[in-house]
Amino acid sequence: MQKDTLKFYTMHLTTLCNTALDNPTQRDKGQIIAAGLKFLETDTICYRVEEPPGLVELQKNEWDPVLDWIEKRYNVLIGSSSNIMGPQIPKETKDTFHQHLRSYNFWALTGLEFIITQLKSLVLSFGLVDRHLTVEQAVLLSRLEEEYQIQRWGNVEWAHDYDMYELRSRTAAGALFVHLSSESSTVKHKLLQD
Amino acid sequence: MAALSSPLRVCRGILKELRSSKGPEYKQTLAYNFVLDQFRKNQVTNERHCRARREALHASHSYLCLLASTRHHLTLHKLFHGKGEREPEQVARLVGLQLPTQPGGKGWEK
Repeated sequence: MQKDTLKFYTMHLTTLCNTALDNPTQRDKGQIIAAGLKFLETDTICYRVEEPPGLVELQKNEWDPVLDWIEKRYNVLIGSSSNIMGPQIPKETKDTFHQHLRSYNFWALTGLEFIITQLKSLVLSFGLVDRHLTVEQAVLLSRLEEEYQIQRWGNVEWAHDYDMYELRSRTAAGALFVHLSSESSTVKHKLLQD
Repeated sequence: MAALSSPLRVCRGILKELRSSKGPEYKQTLAYNFVLDQFRKNQVTNERHCRARREALHASHSYLCLLASTRHHLTLHKLFHGKGEREPEQVARLVGLQLPTQPGGKGWEK
């Protein structure tokens, strides 16, 4: 919604289209998938803190359900960890996700990679793209620690809200981009029966 | 975790965003007609858990989020970041000085 001046930095859908068209990093589907899977090893919701207890509790209550969901949905094991090394992702898990990601076309994968980079989590990105989470929920979960700190220490509008809205708009654009690039809508007209 | 707001709320939200960005003639824009059309198309379904409808609702919810968050982001940006350049008058006044006035103009002024 540009008025007097064009602000390219808010035209996320356009940017995504350009990225998909130009492919500046010259990668194919396989490479994008590999990069995405690599992210799983440093997935935000798999990395748990050990203190303060309030945050530990919050991470458990908010992130565990999403992990449960994705493990059940895809029949995989991921797990979480609080040490520096992070979770050990079994090969079968990666293979399952690899198979699933191959069903996406190049444009959708471009969008998905964008979401993963924004949310810093493959699990949350899957949650969003599979429509298990809304954009607002995914962003909140991605920013869980920030939100926790804001609750404790107060909000700084020009920094916190600014970042949150920017993350929301980018993530929303990514989600729309993926869905629009993969969508096939059919309308079945049922005959009226007397 | 997937409790989305009702379609009516989302639709109203999107139309409000369109109005705030396009101004009073928003009802004549293509976007307005497209949005209403999409919502109408997905209204009629016999199935209780219509997958297409859920997908459309999620997409419309994402679109509303996109519009609203972009607007908020820009508002905050204008409010707190990047005031842009100041006039020379203003700059001078910042340090307590005043630009001299020249009767007859400064030569390059018309």
